[in-house]
Amino acid sequence: MSNEAVLHGVASSHDAHGDHHHEHHHHETFISKYVFSMDHKMIAKQFLITGMVWAVIGGLMSVLFRLQLGYPDQSFPWLEDLLGKWWAEKGHITAQGYYALVTTHGTVLVFFVLTAGLSGTFANFLIPLQVGARDMASPFMNMLSYWFFFAASIVMLSSIFVETGPFSGGWTAYPPLSALGDASPGSKTGMDLWLVAMALFVVSSLLGGLNYIATILNMRTKGMSMTRLPLTIWALFFTAVLGVLSFPVLLSGFILLIFDRNFGTSFYLSDIFVNGVGALPNEGGSAILFQHLFWFLGHPEVYIILLPAMGMVSEILSVNARKPIFGYMAMIGSLFAIAILAFLVWAHHMFVTGLNPFLGSIFVLLTLLIAVPSAIKVFNWLTTLWRGNIRFTPAMMFAIGFVSLFISGGLTGIWLGNSALDIHLHDTYFVIAHFHIVMGVASMFGMFAGVYHWYPKMYGRYLNNTLGYIHFWITMIGAYLIFWPMHYEGLAGMPRRYYDYSIWESFKNFVELNRFISTVAMIVFAVQILFLLNFFYSIWKGRKVTSQNPWGSNTLEWTAPIHPGHGNWPGEIPEVHRWAYDYGKDGREFIPQTEAVGADESHH
Amino acid sequence: MTTTIFLTIAVIVLIFVVIFQIAKASEYVSVIKGENESRKQNNKINGFLMLSFMVVGLIGVWYCNDLLYPKTLLVHPAASNHGERVDSMLWVTLWVTGIVFVATQILLFWFAYKYQEKEGAKVFYFPHNNFIEALWTVVPAIVLAVLVIIGLRNWYSFTGDAPEGAMQVEVTGKQFGWIFRYPGKDEKLGKKYFKVIDNATNPLGLIWSDDAALGLKDDKDTHDDIVVEQTMYLVKGKPVRLIIGSRDVIHDVGLPHFRLKMDAVPGIPTTMWFTPTMTTEEMRKETGNPNFEYELSCDQMCGNGHYSMKGTVKVVTQAEFDAWKATKSPAYYAAFPDKAPAKPTVPDSTGTGKAKDTAKAIAKN
Repeated sequence: MSNEAVLHGVASSHDAHGDHHHEHHHHETFISKYVFSMDHKMIAKQFLITGMVWAVIGGLMSVLFRLQLGYPDQSFPWLEDLLGKWWAEKGHITAQGYYALVTTHGTVLVFFVLTAGLSGTFANFLIPLQVGARDMASPFMNMLSYWFFFAASIVMLSSIFVETGPFSGGWTAYPPLSALGDASPGSKTGMDLWLVAMALFVVSSLLGGLNYIATILNMRTKGMSMTRLPLTIWALFFTAVLGVLSFPVLLSGFILLIFDRNFGTSFYLSDIFVNGVGALPNEGGSAILFQHLFWFLGHPEVYIILLPAMGMVSEILSVNARKPIFGYMAMIGSLFAIAILAFLVWAHHMFVTGLNPFLGSIFVLLTLLIAVPSAIKVFNWLTTLWRGNIRFTPAMMFAIGFVSLFISGGLTGIWLGNSALDIHLHDTYFVIAHFHIVMGVASMFGMFAGVYHWYPKMYGRYLNNTLGYIHFWITMIGAYLIFWPMHYEGLAGMPRRYYDYSIWESFKNFVELNRFISTVAMIVFAVQILFLLNFFYSIWKGRKVTSQNPWGSNTLEWTAPIHPGHGNWPGEIPEVHRWAYDYGKDGREFIPQTEAVGADESHH
Repeated sequence: MTTTIFLTIAVIVLIFVVIFQIAKASEYVSVIKGENESRKQNNKINGFLMLSFMVVGLIGVWYCNDLLYPKTLLVHPAASNHGERVDSMLWVTLWVTGIVFVATQILLFWFAYKYQEKEGAKVFYFPHNNFIEALWTVVPAIVLAVLVIIGLRNWYSFTGDAPEGAMQVEVTGKQFGWIFRYPGKDEKLGKKYFKVIDNATNPLGLIWSDDAALGLKDDKDTHDDIVVEQTMYLVKGKPVRLIIGSRDVIHDVGLPHFRLKMDAVPGIPTTMWFTPTMTTEEMRKETGNPNFEYELSCDQMCGNGHYSMKGTVKVVTQAEFDAWKATKSPAYYAAFPDKAPAKPTVPDSTGTGKAKDTAKAIAKN
C-alpha cells in the first residue's frame, strides 16, 4: 500500500485536530455550534432540516395544483384569502398561479430537496463517519456549501413574492420562453431570481462535491481500502463526481441565458415575433443549444438524486437482512457504469426537438444500455434478501419499498428511452408517472430509509416505530395509487403541464380519476406532516438509544459514541480490517469492520 | 364555507393527535414488553402486510387496467401508418417489461415475507456468484438489444424521407394557436421572414414585396400560398410532410391519435411525415363519439395559455379536400385585394355543384 504513509499522516494530524476540538468543546457558542458550524454532523442536520422545509413547501404546492386538476369546477374561496388574487382568483387557482406552482414544485423538489436535502445530508453525515475521518477535508468549505444553499433558498423563496410571480416556464427553463419577459410574466423578475438562486445552488453543490471527493479519496482510516468502503460511500462518491462534472455545464448554460435576457445577445434567440411587442432583433441563435447544456446536467442530475438512495438502500438491506450485500463488486461496477452512462444519454430528453435522427439512435442505444446495470442492481438486491433473516425496521421497509418503486419506474424508462415510442409518449402523463416513481418517490424512499436508519446516530434517540410503519404503508400505497393510473392518462395521449383539460375532447374523460389522484395526494401529504411531527418530537422526546450499535451493524459510524462530539471518536480513529458486509459469516451474526480477521476464519 | 374549513382542519388535527397518542402508547407498551418481544410482533405484522400488499397490489393493477384501459388510445386503431407501428412496438415492450415487473415484484415481496426474522434462523452467507451475476447481465442485454433493434427500425422509418408526391403543409405555432400554410398550384411554399410579420394581414411574414431596408425581394412563390388558422385538412391515404416552425417560443405539434409529435422551434424548422389512415368521420364511427376530433395539442410548455393551444386536424377524402381548398383564396390576395384576379364568378367546370355541397358539409363540421 503506497499511500499508507499518506493515510497515516492524515489520520494522525487529525488526531491532533480532534484533541483540539475536545479541549475547546465547552467554549463552543450557540452560533459556532448550531449556526456557522463546521462539524459535518451539524451541517448534515442543517441540510436535512432545510430540505424538509422545502419539501413541505414543494409538497404543498403540488397539493394546490392537484386541487386545480382534481376539482377544476369547484371554487375554494379560502384559497383566495390565503394566497391572494394573483394565485387564486375567486377561489380558483389561476393559470399563472398553476404554472408558477408546477415550476417551483419541480425546481424545489429536484434541486433543493432531492439534491441538497438528500445527498447534502447523507454525504455530510456518513462520509466522515463511515470512512473513519474526524471531519471533511475542508470543514470550512463544507460550511460554505450549506450557507450558499441557504442563500439560494432565500432568493428562491423571495421569488415567490414578486409582483409578476415566480418563474413559471417549467423547471427545465427552456428559452425562448424563459428568456422573454414579454412572452410570459413569470419570465420577468421571477426568472432573474430563479437564475440567481440556481447559480448560488451550483456553487453550493460544487463546494460540497469537491469536499466529498477529497474526503473519500484522502481521508479513509487505516485499513479502509476503496474496496472495503460501504456501498453508501461508493454511491456518494459517484454522486459527487457527477455533480462536479455536470453542474458547471448547467451554470454556463445559465450564464448565456442571463446574457440573452439582459445584454442583448442571441445565444438562444432567433426569428422571434412576440405578440404585442413585434419582431425581436435577435437572429442566429439556437434554442436547442440550451437544451443540450441543460440536459448535460439534467440527466446526470437524475442519478445525483438516485445514487445516494441506491447506496443507502444497499447498506440498509444488507444490515437488516443480516446477510452480506450480494455481489459487492458488481454493485460498485454497476454504480460506475451508471455514472459513466449518465453523461452519455442526455439527448434522450430531446428526441422530438428535431435532433438528427442518427444522433437520436445513438442515444437510444446508450439509454437502454443503462437498464443493464440497473437490472444488475435489482437482482442483487433481491438476492440479498433471499435466505436472509429480515428485520422489518421502518428503514428496512422503506428500503424494500425503494426496490419496488425502482423496478416499477425503471421499467417504463425502457419505453421512453426508445425514441420510436417516445415520439408518442413524450411530455404526456406517462412521463410524469415514470419519473415521479423512479426518481421522485423512490429517492424519497431512500431518503426516508436513511433518516430512519441513521436517526439514532444523529440524535441519540429513536423515531417512533409505530408512526414509522404508518408513514411507510400510507406513503407506499399512496404513491402507487397516485402515479400508477397516470400511465393510462399518458397512454391516452394526455399532455403534461395543462392547467385545464375541459376544452379537449380527447383528454377530458379523466375527471374522476384526476379527482381520485388529487385526494390521495392530499392524504399522502398529510402523512408526511405526521413524519415531520415524529421527527421533531423525537429529537427531544424519542426513546433514548442505549447501545452504541443498535442495529448490529458493521460500519464505523456505530463504533463512535452515542453522542459523538466534533471529531467523532474520542480517542484513536478505529482501524479497519475487513469489508463492511460480514453478516452471518461463520455462524456469527455480524463482524464489525474493526475486528481483525481471525486465523481460522473462512474466505469468501 | 369557512366553518366547514375550520371543521375540516379540526378533524384533521384530531386525527393526527389520536394517531400520535396511539403511537406513543404503543411505544410504551413495547418498552414494557421488552424490545425483543415487540420487534418480533412488528416483524410478523409487517411481513404479513408485505405479502398482502403484493397480492392486493397485483389485483389492483388488474382492476386499474380493467377500469382505465378503455379510456386509452389503444382500444382504437391508430390513425396513421406510423401509429400502427408505434402501437405494435408498444405491445411488445409492454409484454417484456410486464413480465419482468410481475416476476421481480413477486420475488421481492415473497422474499420479504418468507425470510422474515425467525428465532435461530441461520442466514445463507452468499456474498457473490460470478455465474448468476454474468447471467443477469447478459440476458437483459440481449432482451434490450432486441427492443433497440425494433425501436430503431421504426425510428428510421418515421424520421426518414417522406415518400415522393407527399403533400406539404407548414405548421407554425404561436402563443397560443396554430397557423397552417398550404402551397398553391406551384406546389411550393414561398419564403418568409419574421421581421415582416403583421398579425392582421401577414401572420407568417411571407415575403411578398420588396424591402430594401431588410434586403428582401418579393418571392412570387408566396403569392398563391394559402394560410389558415386552427384547423388543418389532411387527406386519407395521402402521405403528408409537415414543416414545423414557431413564431415565438418552443411549441410542440402533438398528434396523439397519429402517435406522433415534433417540436416547433423558432429559427430551426423541423419536419415530420405520416399517412393518415382514417378520416375524421370514420374515427367518429370507430369511437362511437359523434364529437370526436383529431386534436392537435401543444406538448411543450409555452406560457400561461399552454393548455388552451388547441388545433384541429380534419382528415377527409381527396374530393372533400379539393372542395375545401377551392373555397380558400391565397393570403396574398387578402392582403392586397387590388391584386386579386377578378372574382371567378363562374366556378370551373369540373363537377362544381358537388364540390360546393361537400364544402358546405365540411364547413358545418
